[in-house]
Amino acid sequence: MKEKLTEFIQTRFNDSLLPQRDINTNLLYFSIKKESLPTVVQTLKDDPEFAFTFLNDLTSIDWLGKREPRFEVVYLLRSPKNNHFRFQLRVPVGEGEPVPSISGIFPAANWPEREVYDLMGISFSNHPRMERLIMPDNFVGHPLRKDYPLEGPGQDYLIEDLLTIHVEEDITD
Amino acid sequence: MVMYEKTAEHFGQKFKDLPEGHLLVNLGPSHPATHGILQNVIQIDGERVVDTESVIGYVHRCFEKLGERYDYNQFLVCTDRMNYVSTPLNNIGWILTVEKMMQIQVPDRVTYVRMIISELSRIMDHIICNGIMGVDLGAFSGLLHLFHHRENIYQILEKLTGARLTTTFCRVGGMERDIYPEFQTEIKLILKGLKPALDEFEELLIRNKIFNERTKGIGGISAERAIAYGFSGPNLRAAGVPWDVRKNDPYMFYDKVDFDIPVGEDGSALDRTLVRMEEMRQSMRIIEQLIDGIPEGPYHADVPHTFLPPKDRVYNNMEELIYHFKIIMHGVKVPQGEYYHATEAANGELGFYVVSEGEKSPWRVHVRRPCFWYYQAFPEMVKGGLLADTIATMSSLNVIAGELDC
Repeated sequence: MKEKLTEFIQTRFNDSLLPQRDINTNLLYFSIKKESLPTVVQTLKDDPEFAFTFLNDLTSIDWLGKREPRFEVVYLLRSPKNNHFRFQLRVPVGEGEPVPSISGIFPAANWPEREVYDLMGISFSNHPRMERLIMPDNFVGHPLRKDYPLEGPGQDYLIEDLLTIHVEEDITD
Repeated sequence: MVMYEKTAEHFGQKFKDLPEGHLLVNLGPSHPATHGILQNVIQIDGERVVDTESVIGYVHRCFEKLGERYDYNQFLVCTDRMNYVSTPLNNIGWILTVEKMMQIQVPDRVTYVRMIISELSRIMDHIICNGIMGVDLGAFSGLLHLFHHRENIYQILEKLTGARLTTTFCRVGGMERDIYPEFQTEIKLILKGLKPALDEFEELLIRNKIFNERTKGIGGISAERAIAYGFSGPNLRAAGVPWDVRKNDPYMFYDKVDFDIPVGEDGSALDRTLVRMEEMRQSMRIIEQLIDGIPEGPYHADVPHTFLPPKDRVYNNMEELIYHFKIIMHGVKVPQGEYYHATEAANGELGFYVVSEGEKSPWRVHVRRPCFWYYQAFPEMVKGGLLADTIATMSSLNVIAGELDC
């Protein structure tokens, strides 16, 4: 399966492939350009032989100070037809650059993409609703980024509330 | 407080042009049926659900960020707090991932005990799900009837790990301590009592006419949609898809034991309950095959720098004392690499994706938690149904807030 898939992707999507890093991993993986992500995912899903019909996982990594570009969005696809074979697509992306959404192909991608946007600050174009999912709407910053302060500037909104409560309180009586 | 106001304002905007006669109802965040803290903003027309929005994030503790600060053994306590109904399953999932990365082969004794504890936890989780579902629909005695058996399992965990809820079971390379002498006898006793109790529970609750009519054909999802939404575990199997990580991608000794995968037909609330009932029986079958065969031997792998040396060696040997300090201060050494390892938790596929740069803590930890993937299908599952049916659908999905937000 590994060889077949590698050959298929290398011949069919040669222009989309990016040079791969040597990673010690238990998964087969391909780095691809972000523009061609929807086409690659759709083709692999529709192909009767490969049938990667299950989006297994979707997340992102912040490589701050280690690699360029800064982020990588990682997709894990599974093919139930081929003995539940899993493989990974990696999409390198710089700061402020949007990645095309695949929520039109897999409805399952809706929340994970919003989560990545919320916690890592990578936005997805053509997503039906690119809003925060987990953190409150007025939260400042993206907490899973490596440069996010651990004490959290996002605490401001709580402190602000405490201040108003105490300021308005009359403590003289 | 601020958060709640924000979301209310937000949904006010989304649903601002409500047709005449339509109402907005807040189901949760603090409602007996929204296990943990979940908010569903439901637009209703009479008793019919027109549209819903789910709000999550109320118990978010940013475990993935904590994982980047803690060492590999310390992160174990975070996994305890994910699915708090069956903690050992999360613990084992995490430990297996780290062991895979370090290429540690644990002794058979450890794997046997881990499998037995996994299956007991699955039973524990399903008891809560099915029992509480009865409570949500107005039947309290079913839960009480089974809770006694769940308590028995808790006592085993307490004796084995020292804690009931947050077990922090296992360590990288083995277990924290060996099993106690009566371990096997006690588990056999539990199984003996549990078997008739499950039958009685089925008679009492599932064959009950009211329960049956309130769950049959309610909150159903087709196999195709379930796969599209990334369902896994009992919820996917109830839709008729026989996928189970224990069979598809076997870990530990699951390929060496006999068990069946129960499947449902239409993925309705009743099917999900029935699949869970049958899974409990299958788990008991697995335990019965393992319980008498626990091999003798050490309870941790003989790999230096991973496991705390025994105390007598620490007190009498300088080298061992240094190892002891090194493990406490710097944790275990995981080579550079990226791994994804999936296990079948009670709710479905629980995957840990870990990026290591060879340092004390992982560079990135991501948890693929089953709840997160199927809860997003909730609006689709309840649309067009009755408001009362949303309760049955939600209970049967077994959404655990701690796992959902992580």
